[in-house]
Amino acid sequence: MGIAAKKIGQQTYFFHQPPVIVSTAAIVGPKEGQGPLGHTFDKVVEDPYYKEKSWEKAEQRMLEEAMQKALQKANLAPQNVDFLLAGDLLNQIIAADFTARVLGIPFLGLYGACATMYEGMALAAMLIDGGFAEYVLLGASSHFSTAERQYRYPTEQGVQRPMSAQWTVTGAGAMLLARRGAGPVVTHATVGRVVDLGSADPNDMGAAMAPAAADTIVRHLEDTGRVPGDYDLFLSGDLGAYGLVLAGKLVEQKGYHIAGHFNDCGLLIYHHRRQDTHAGGSGCACSAVVTCGYLMQELAAGRLRRVLGIGTGALFSKCSSLQGETIPGIAHAVAIEAR
Amino acid sequence: MTTHWDSLPGEMQKRLYRELVNQVRPRPPVLRNVGAAFAVGGLIAVLGQLIQNFFLARGLTLLDAGAATAATLVFLAALFTGLGLYDELARFAGAGAIVPITGFANSMVAPAMEYRTEGLVLGVGARLFTIAGPVLVFGIFTAWAAALLYHFFLRP
Repeated sequence: MGIAAKKIGQQTYFFHQPPVIVSTAAIVGPKEGQGPLGHTFDKVVEDPYYKEKSWEKAEQRMLEEAMQKALQKANLAPQNVDFLLAGDLLNQIIAADFTARVLGIPFLGLYGACATMYEGMALAAMLIDGGFAEYVLLGASSHFSTAERQYRYPTEQGVQRPMSAQWTVTGAGAMLLARRGAGPVVTHATVGRVVDLGSADPNDMGAAMAPAAADTIVRHLEDTGRVPGDYDLFLSGDLGAYGLVLAGKLVEQKGYHIAGHFNDCGLLIYHHRRQDTHAGGSGCACSAVVTCGYLMQELAAGRLRRVLGIGTGALFSKCSSLQGETIPGIAHAVAIEAR
Repeated sequence: MTTHWDSLPGEMQKRLYRELVNQVRPRPPVLRNVGAAFAVGGLIAVLGQLIQNFFLARGLTLLDAGAATAATLVFLAALFTGLGLYDELARFAGAGAIVPITGFANSMVAPAMEYRTEGLVLGVGARLFTIAGPVLVFGIFTAWAAALLYHFFLRP
């Protein structure tokens, strides 16, 4: 055995005893509830404040509730869980911090922008297959209004959004990974590199993230020796309508054809014309709730057998954008198989 | 084919990617946006004129009627911002809702609402001018510069 016995190729990890996704939970806001995936979520919260005093508190409450629901479904108490991995888009990831304060599970805070859920899945699978944990709870959240304030304008400010802009998903997803159990399994994870091809428009995050998504997809296929046909679906996190086209073209340029079974959580979650969401959904919750809701149900129903989920993130802040920095992207891929 | 893109120098990759993005990126619906801005901006102006006529008919001088009209429009915009409707109007009408004085009122009330959770002083007080501030700064600066030019070059 080499030094990195579980690493194949340059960036991919293979799990000898694939960790099992024993339970998931997804909670969303009203707009997501009215979208085409509304029926796949555990709970639709009609009040964006969720009876709290601020949107930040509402987001934190959604994350906490999603975590509790995932635990309940697996009949576990927080004390049974070895690690909590979570993150969000707020400064200093306070939604995750305050959720960890309540749950009392040993906590590793994550920041991977909108790729946080998949960063968490990759790390959780490593912790379990590495023998460091029996159970890992992970999750991510975002909220339209907290993200607007963090990255853009006050919510009631009148602005016209460009067609490439995306709509931050309000919600939270949580997932419980275990060494043993029943459910779909995580077989591989490809940890992405930060890629920057010079996009600088914060209203076009799809263009900023597409190169990273393409890089990770190609890297995954080359590391594993798999071909696009080995997967029923390539599901990116929040590339949006135009980012998805860009990533597809970039992957094609490298000699792989995934068009036809390449889709995006941000495209699935809204009725774009009717709900005026332009290029699609975004935010940590976008990939989190679609993965924990829709994807898990498709796998359970046998409509999908093997999926490569690709969490995508745009790594920037309002400050870096104003200072003229370009926007690098990140993408982490996780291979999930129905069992 | 596999090495095609990767073997290119970074700057060329960026240039090629920029071209690809420009092909894919959606064009803004300019005609629709201009039409909506013209219609809504025009209607706000008509509303202003009606209000001014009302004040003139009630006996105010032209100068006073102008000030009262501005105050009324600002009040209405603040009210509709508070009701959560003005941002919907601006999303539809763009500049038509942002350029008139009502847009200025919106840009003051929106942060006031947004930051009230952070307290009255450091929330509302400190953030009230986050959007309107630049307008004021450069508006006042322009007035000052114009006055200076007038003073030195045009004053009889």
